[in-house]
Amino acid sequence: MELSYYPGCSLEATAKEYNLSAMAACKALGIELKELEDWICCGATSAHSTNQKLALTLPAQNLAQAQNMGLDLAIPCAACYNRMKRTDHALKTDEEKRAEIEEIIDFKYTGEIKVMSLLEAIVNGLGTKTVAEKVTRPLQGLKLACYYGCLLVRPPQITCFDNPEKPMTMDNLMKALGAEPVKWSYKTDCCGASLALTASSTVEKWVTRIIDMAEEAGAQAVVTACPLCQSNLEMRRKNRLSGIPVFYFTELIGVALGLPDTKNWFVKHLIDPAPLLRALSLAC
Amino acid sequence: MEVCLNGSRSFYETIRAKSGQPIELCFQCQKCATGCTMAADADHTPNQILRMVQLGLQEKVLNSNSIWLCSSCETCGARCPNGIDIAELMDTLKETAVETNMIREKNVNIFNNVFLDSVKSMGRVHEVMMMANYKLKSGDLFSDLDFGLAMFAKGKMPLFTKGVKARDKVRQIFERCSEYK
Repeated sequence: MELSYYPGCSLEATAKEYNLSAMAACKALGIELKELEDWICCGATSAHSTNQKLALTLPAQNLAQAQNMGLDLAIPCAACYNRMKRTDHALKTDEEKRAEIEEIIDFKYTGEIKVMSLLEAIVNGLGTKTVAEKVTRPLQGLKLACYYGCLLVRPPQITCFDNPEKPMTMDNLMKALGAEPVKWSYKTDCCGASLALTASSTVEKWVTRIIDMAEEAGAQAVVTACPLCQSNLEMRRKNRLSGIPVFYFTELIGVALGLPDTKNWFVKHLIDPAPLLRALSLAC
Repeated sequence: MEVCLNGSRSFYETIRAKSGQPIELCFQCQKCATGCTMAADADHTPNQILRMVQLGLQEKVLNSNSIWLCSSCETCGARCPNGIDIAELMDTLKETAVETNMIREKNVNIFNNVFLDSVKSMGRVHEVMMMANYKLKSGDLFSDLDFGLAMFAKGKMPLFTKGVKARDKVRQIFERCSEYK
């Protein structure tokens, strides 16, 4: 399977380990990721909070690039994915907006490129059975709280991904890797996103509740598919930088497939997940 | 029928048109408030904001910190039985608050500006520069310094960036999108 790939700005900096593990995991799974040439920022929250037109036009430039490459698009960052998916939806359903955007970007939208989160591309594109067949070190005994956050699942009429109140895609993937996903009620609660910087004491309450609930459900770690969720859940909890670690789902694919680079990803975490993996004899 | 007694009908109509959301359909079931992450910390719940917009209470709405504490998690919209995307409405209200210079949460606005400045000049967000700019402009110099240093030590805060080749195109997108506002 060949896909175009949009890493997004965070994966070049604060979420480097997500980028490294995503590329390594996909390679091992037989998915060839081709990075979009000269991709630009999706505009994120700051664009959609201040200028609707900009919020649709910036992502459209990237969709035009993917269209040029002729490959379906996989996006690891949940926030970038959401902006791209919304733009794709607007281009599909709103003729007036499409005409304006096509004119600014100077391209013709064909609607032939499928926009997916990387999680969706792996689970729905490849399938958990194929993933399970490649597992060499099952994540036995690892109890995980799968945390989807907001932007993979909402708004449901745009993302069209899983059940917005009780998604199971990541849970099924973790099961395929041999781990034990726990049942809990905070899978799709908000981590505070970029408010972590501007209203940090408020966000601390939200994050602490999510971490407390994951622990109460018996999880030894949280697993995410979003750089902002990952860093907020690590940094913004009340007991700063201590307690259960927070993985990217791609890192756990790496562990289960016995990939050699996992150590290089884990040293980048602010809460080191290596001791937990060692305790369960899962570390390389 | 005149709905607004003390409020501004034109405020309601402007927000209704700009957001494209069927604000008039809200019948105060409060499903949005029940699921709202920020409800306990904000001045008003989403349904209260909706009612105030219906009533045209411009000043009260634009001065509420709720429109700024909304993280666009979209839980409200996903659960609204009337199909109102309340997060979209909150975006419209933020835009309008900035236009009328009624900016209750100044730091959120400063963050949005430095973020977009970074995109406009480089084509991508350079997180280190963006954060440094935010700190200088907000005056909040010392919070999170420990996190910043820890991330720097882990090589997650590169000091330099090349930016994209298509910077002219990015600038053009910004210029054209400001015209439309």
